[in-house]
Amino acid sequence: MMTARAYAIVRRHGAWWLAAQAALTILAALLVWWTVPPLLRWLWWTADWSVVTANLRLFILFRYPTEAAWRPALALAMTVAAVGLAVRRAAARQSASGARTLLWLLGAVLASFVLLRGVGSSVVPMNLWGGLLLTLILAATAIGLSLPLGIVLALGRRSALPLVRWTSVAAIECVRGLPLITILFMASLVVPLALPDAWRPDTVLRAIFGLTLFSAAYVAEDVRGGLNAVGAGQYDAARALGLGSVAMHRLVILPQALRAVVPAIVGQFIALLKDTSLVLILGLTELFGVARSVVNQPEHLGRFREALLFAAVVYFVLCGGLSRVSRSFEMRGRESRRGRAVERT
Amino acid sequence: MRIRRFTTALTNGTLALGLLAVAACTAANPDAPADAPVADAPGDPGASTSITTTGATTSSVPADTGVTTAGASADASAAPAPASSGGLLATVRQRGRLNCGVQDKLPGFGYLDPSGEYKGFDVDFCRAIAAAVLGDATAVDFKPLTAQQRFTALQTGEVDVLVRNTTFTLARDTQNGLDFSPTTFYDGQGMMVRADLNVDSLAGLDGANICVGSGTTTEKNLGDAMRKAGAAFTPVVLEDTDQVFSAYDGGRCDAVTSDKSQLASRQTTLADPTAHVILDLTLSKEPLGPAVLQGDAQWADVVNWVVYGVIAAEEFGITSRNVDTFLTSEDPEIRRLLGVEDALGEGLGLTNDFMVGVIRAVGNYAEIYDRNLGPDTPFKLPRGANRLWTEGGLLYSPPFR
Repeated sequence: MMTARAYAIVRRHGAWWLAAQAALTILAALLVWWTVPPLLRWLWWTADWSVVTANLRLFILFRYPTEAAWRPALALAMTVAAVGLAVRRAAARQSASGARTLLWLLGAVLASFVLLRGVGSSVVPMNLWGGLLLTLILAATAIGLSLPLGIVLALGRRSALPLVRWTSVAAIECVRGLPLITILFMASLVVPLALPDAWRPDTVLRAIFGLTLFSAAYVAEDVRGGLNAVGAGQYDAARALGLGSVAMHRLVILPQALRAVVPAIVGQFIALLKDTSLVLILGLTELFGVARSVVNQPEHLGRFREALLFAAVVYFVLCGGLSRVSRSFEMRGRESRRGRAVERT
Repeated sequence: MRIRRFTTALTNGTLALGLLAVAACTAANPDAPADAPVADAPGDPGASTSITTTGATTSSVPADTGVTTAGASADASAAPAPASSGGLLATVRQRGRLNCGVQDKLPGFGYLDPSGEYKGFDVDFCRAIAAAVLGDATAVDFKPLTAQQRFTALQTGEVDVLVRNTTFTLARDTQNGLDFSPTTFYDGQGMMVRADLNVDSLAGLDGANICVGSGTTTEKNLGDAMRKAGAAFTPVVLEDTDQVFSAYDGGRCDAVTSDKSQLASRQTTLADPTAHVILDLTLSKEPLGPAVLQGDAQWADVVNWVVYGVIAAEEFGITSRNVDTFLTSEDPEIRRLLGVEDALGEGLGLTNDFMVGVIRAVGNYAEIYDRNLGPDTPFKLPRGANRLWTEGGLLYSPPFR
């Protein structure tokens, strides 16, 4: 059997091909043999996970008071529910769902932020925010704010008014021409020097501002791609129906444009989620920062492999989750389009 | 039209939901004001305004960050060099909290423990200053700062004092506009080598690979010292401390150089700590101590004398446990240190017994040292130059009189 298969392969591709295959197989097996057993041995025997288990509170909440932990939990539930509803809504109605979806997301994000910060005597100062909590806050707020801002910038770039157009182009190109780390450095070092003490925003807000600005420029370019992909016939048809510019964009153009660029935008948001780790430049301690910080406790000195691996797994799960949301957006979009087509006939 | 109405309802609904939750948690808090705006929340157009006004009127919660509610310190940054008694001391008093710039990633000196508390040698000096100025060692807002941020944070008034293992150098004293307090820790760059190399001098490291962190003065000092010793070497430059010691432990280098305090603490984490020795030589002087902004002599004096105070306390044998028994001491210098006689504290703008509070809260120098770096910690760092002058070290407090 084996020899027959080998013979067939030799007849089809020649003997050198079989030899190359064999060499590659042996090489791959050796590579696995060299790397996997030591890795497993380290995972099960050498690794001391107490650096993670003892510091779970720091990893998740950082210094956010544990007795107020229900607030982040409620905020998370609210945001997840809003995203879920947005997905359904996007599927249920094709036209005008874009604007409403954005409002859902924006509303949920802002409400969560107010809930987390608290009001009056329940205020939790932002210097206590950190860990996974801060990673999610930064990512969610920057995503929630940069999506509408990006759409506005993209539309502004196509505007007939020169002032609007050139402002949008300048904003997009300036931000895209700077690395995120530079923007954050400016937020960290220039903002405090430029603004008087009383006006100086909190570091968390500075980080959100920088991340939003950065992400919006990229979202704007993604959306512009989507706008360009909408056929000229759609514009003509919308105008023929007597729609004004605003109604045309909201009801006809943007729903199609946005649907086309969902994968690209989600890709941008996944990058943004990972980029939140750069806020350690601002002295903030998000998930990655906690992993870097806890290994300095005397009892966990030198356990950085465990801490970093744990952080990597959490990032992986988060980014995987975002990809799934994006896929369900696409799937439902496709389903609804198909469903409507059937309805019409 | 229909759509607009729907979206308005939607935003109002979301706001109301958030507000309800906030109101609920305000109500759950025992000392919350009773006028939580629950009743008029749902769908009320005034809902959003009531959020902002409530937040604004009660934002003077003591635990708030210095950055958002920095109204009190506004005058300090408007005039970056307040010269007289209206300076930082008054600002800190008024604020009721000390903003202390620290390091949060340096074992033994500044780190977060699993319960979210800042701990460490430098952190204890922040607490000591808070105890002296505010009478409460817990009234500190710790601001973890990166090496790049630290001087800007001091210059902009974001922190009142910097206790972040900062080396006292001439350039920093002049160009960065700082004033350094007395050194709290005499560190120095050292060299750790594999014991089986049988090396006891830099010259013996001729041709060696030496692991060193990048972008620090450590790298430059290494080059200078090896050139002076006439030894050729290959630097293995790595980005951060974990990588440096991981590479050394993995055998990529014959030796590793860093501050001696760090060498000692990292030696305990190596696979076989006994297979390495720290050479008995110093490549550079690294006196570490608190720093304040130049131009506020009163504030600088306060920080200076708190540091001197804990050193003097060790000299007199006053500890956090026995401080009360010294209040009846007959020794005039002890009586002055603890404020039993004379009015030395008032001269600083503090209470006369400020050192009693400091010693009760953090102890004397030896207690601070032992708690964070001493024999009961994994570091087991010998006192070395950080002994009292009476024991052959460099710690020397001017007299309290």
